[in-house]
Amino acid sequence: MKKIEYTKIKGHSIPYYGLLGGLGFTILLGLLSTWYMEHNGHHVTGMTNQIVWGMPHVFAIFLIIAASGALNVASIASVFGKKIYDPLSRLSALLAIALLAGGLVVLLLDLGRPDRLIVAITTYNFKSIFAWNIILYTGFFAIVGAYIWMMMDHNMYKFKKKVGLLAFVWRLILTTGTGSIFGFLVARSAYDAALMAPMFIIMSFAFGLSIFILVLMAAYNWTGRELGDAVIARLRSLLGVFVASVLYFTIVYHVTNLYITEHHGVEAFILRDGGIYTNLFWFGQILLGGLLPLALIYAPGVKTCRTTLGAICTMIIIGGMCQVYVILIGGQAYPMEIFPGYEVSSSFFDGMVNSYSPTLPEIILGISGMAVSMLLVTFAIKVLSFLPTSLADSIADPHAAK
Amino acid sequence: MSDQINDSRRSFLSKAAVAGSITIAPGVFLHQTAQAKPDDQAVSNKTRWGMLIDTDKCAKGCTGCVDACNSEHGLTGNNRPESDTQYIRKVSLVEKQTKHEISLPMMCQHCETAPCVDVCPTGASFKREDGIALVDKHICIGCRYCMMACPYKARSFVHEDVENQTLSAPRGKGTVEACTMCVHRVDKGGIPACVEACTNDDHNAMVFGDLNDENSEISKQLKKHGGKQIRADLQLNTGVRYQGI
Repeated sequence: MKKIEYTKIKGHSIPYYGLLGGLGFTILLGLLSTWYMEHNGHHVTGMTNQIVWGMPHVFAIFLIIAASGALNVASIASVFGKKIYDPLSRLSALLAIALLAGGLVVLLLDLGRPDRLIVAITTYNFKSIFAWNIILYTGFFAIVGAYIWMMMDHNMYKFKKKVGLLAFVWRLILTTGTGSIFGFLVARSAYDAALMAPMFIIMSFAFGLSIFILVLMAAYNWTGRELGDAVIARLRSLLGVFVASVLYFTIVYHVTNLYITEHHGVEAFILRDGGIYTNLFWFGQILLGGLLPLALIYAPGVKTCRTTLGAICTMIIIGGMCQVYVILIGGQAYPMEIFPGYEVSSSFFDGMVNSYSPTLPEIILGISGMAVSMLLVTFAIKVLSFLPTSLADSIADPHAAK
Repeated sequence: MSDQINDSRRSFLSKAAVAGSITIAPGVFLHQTAQAKPDDQAVSNKTRWGMLIDTDKCAKGCTGCVDACNSEHGLTGNNRPESDTQYIRKVSLVEKQTKHEISLPMMCQHCETAPCVDVCPTGASFKREDGIALVDKHICIGCRYCMMACPYKARSFVHEDVENQTLSAPRGKGTVEACTMCVHRVDKGGIPACVEACTNDDHNAMVFGDLNDENSEISKQLKKHGGKQIRADLQLNTGVRYQGI
């Protein structure tokens, strides 16, 4: 394995500026959506007093989960000493920061009072896992930022491994915190499970790596840099393990619930009677986000096909969005069990399956969060040397030099 | 002569006292309200305000408590039931096995260990020393995590501009709100509007009082007849108790 040379991308081409412009325009639309929702109040969205978290939260939570997962590539290099991942570490850390920023922007702009951001970051209730998350997010930016610095500054390089370890531990705690937002909710049948935290961690592995592979392939393809099969093959097989693990956790979660009588109702709802949620679970999460990618990853004949890998990553991302949607919206749509053993009715929709139709502004706000992430990456790789000039097998593969 | 006048005055005063007692007694003895608290005196945990609801007395179809609450807090609504605020609602229950029907009012249960207070990132959801759960509208950021956490669906998010606000119940678009147990009345020695309406309608299904005072009407009734918590399995030690469920 030769010494890796990192260079900035030129970023003078019309397509580059077109990409920046397109992402900027999407962000502008997101801001307009926010203004529309905040000016009129949330009644213009699909969110109600029954479905209190909606589409913006699906995007935000997906991006926050993916952010910590995107850091995995760097962690494998610096914490577990796998050399082939080392050249990818800078991009991995950059993407992690960018995805978290995108997710948090969406979360912030959907608040009832986004103007009170200063309250959110200065007034804490330390019993709240939400408050802990705010600290974890801020810490993540600082630690991963320092990690990038250690990687880029020759004088600081000796600290890279230690900071990398800290970043790895921090990201595990961060995703534990994200999962616990749901795990700590005793009120709702679909949540209230310690399994949520490790399940979110394994989801982050799969979602984050999928986005990483797509960004890596796009960056190298669009800048004409060489990306060898060795790196791609390694990432591909790693992705297979992660997708299988997500399926495993999903099975454990549902089988456990199916065993416990008080959860039969919510399980029947998600797995059989939930309409859109049932369809999203089976066709989105399980088939598109799990079984199909898994089959394609291990299918003979397409192992080196980049287009297939791109499709696999896209499927995992869409399946992941479906999974978050089913957990988040499906969990709220199922009526809260306030009076077990009774048929319940009221003017406040007690005992009813709550309906939710996401509106366009909510969806645009969510997509604009993704645009924020991509804009940050697109800009950063132009101003700093995040990308190796070449990831050809002769350079990136530690065994190629033999 | 003066003795005769004194006798007649004594007789008049004693009759007036009896008449007065009969008139005032329901307010004093049935509701067992506390003395009005001076504004500069902090609430204390010596008092735990609570409510007892007898579902056998709660009339089906009656919305007296709901109407009184809406009027008290200026909750006019915008004809959008899914996003309009409801502090209190009437819930109809039918036991699946026996088909036994129950009607009851449902509102914030003012839990001792309130999940809304635990999860609130800024501490906007808080509990007073006397057990009343409230939202500080000045530091609520509108994240709605408390609504996700409340096991009673007791909270509402203000989805649009509010009009016709009452002085005693300030509200704000983009923040979360819920039953305040009419804290503005309670602090002045009064009782919640819902309880007052139920009593005025002669249903007497709701009793308000101090759970810590063993001589209060609510404590006596709870000691004699018991009272259940909704979702007692969560062990939240609710301030609102029910009979007949």
